[in-house]
Amino acid sequence: MRYVVYFIIILIFWLLITFSLSLSNIIVGAAVALLTTLLFGKYSLESNVKIIQPQRYFWFIVYLFIFLWEVIKANFDVAYRVIHPALPIKPGIVRVPLEIKSDIARTMLANSITMTPGTITMDIVGDEIFVHWIYVQSDNPEVYAEKVSGRFEKYIKKIFE
Amino acid sequence: MISSIIITIGILFNLLGCLGLIRFPDVYNRLQSATKCVTLGTCSILLGVLIHYGFVEIGVKALLSIPLLFFSATVGAHALVKGSYKAGIKLGDKSVKDDYKEEVR
Amino acid sequence: MLEILLYIQIALCAFCLYRIIRGPTVADRMVGIDIFGILVVGICAILAILTDRMFLIDIGIAWIILSFIGTLTLAKYLSGKKLNE
Repeated sequence: MRYVVYFIIILIFWLLITFSLSLSNIIVGAAVALLTTLLFGKYSLESNVKIIQPQRYFWFIVYLFIFLWEVIKANFDVAYRVIHPALPIKPGIVRVPLEIKSDIARTMLANSITMTPGTITMDIVGDEIFVHWIYVQSDNPEVYAEKVSGRFEKYIKKIFE
Repeated sequence: MISSIIITIGILFNLLGCLGLIRFPDVYNRLQSATKCVTLGTCSILLGVLIHYGFVEIGVKALLSIPLLFFSATVGAHALVKGSYKAGIKLGDKSVKDDYKEEVR
Repeated sequence: MLEILLYIQIALCAFCLYRIIRGPTVADRMVGIDIFGILVVGICAILAILTDRMFLIDIGIAWIILSFIGTLTLAKYLSGKKLNE
């Protein structure tokens, strides 16, 4: 079942990116999507009940807007640090505990952290995530866990779990 | 007209990102500034193409390449950061904290 | 207007070339190559508006994927593994 969902997503992406509905194009796209599904289908979603629940899409749209606002804020923050003559940076690598378990939710969280204020995900070891931070604001682990991942974690939990 | 304004904003962010690539002291901070600013700048250039043409073939292709660019840039930055730490490149002089050290060796 | 922006974007590639030539370590050079690949996509998008040709966006999409694969390969080489693992 989940292979079918994966196949349809790839086929729609192919049809949009080539942007023509001729028969030969659809046949080539189906062949490519079938090959990709057979090779990489085992890495896709874990359960297919979650795909048809509408509240997950609602939270995804809410999350998209919050994420966009955080990205724009992040860019102005980094731009300020670049322009300032004295380079106000205090970099360091911090350890943040994770609460979510599934693989795709963790991937989403790591990508979100990479795109927001001065943080880059380095590695995930067990239940902890290592983050390089351009300005370490405090030494208290609870404070920086809230600042790095707390904003996204509650929405991602509602979307994927 | 709106598309020109959005493309100008994107090029401004690209400029700041490349300035950070020159100015910051070590490889991790360079990656911070370059990845975020240059990715957002290029995404807004592609959005300018979409606004200039509307939802015809070229605009839809530009819109589709935004998530592609987004995921490839983040995964590439993650791989580069981990690789350069494994290769033994030290953090810069201003660094205050390193929790990853006892995890690697 | 757009031509001036195109010249600025091409000049930004020179910043990346500076980092590729002068970078003190291998990782700095690789960051330069990664950012250079993203800047070329922006050049393709601006040229597509200027010359009104559609295939330039296709070149941009292909360039994103190729630059991504190149970055991953170099990063794996840097982290100490052999390329055939």
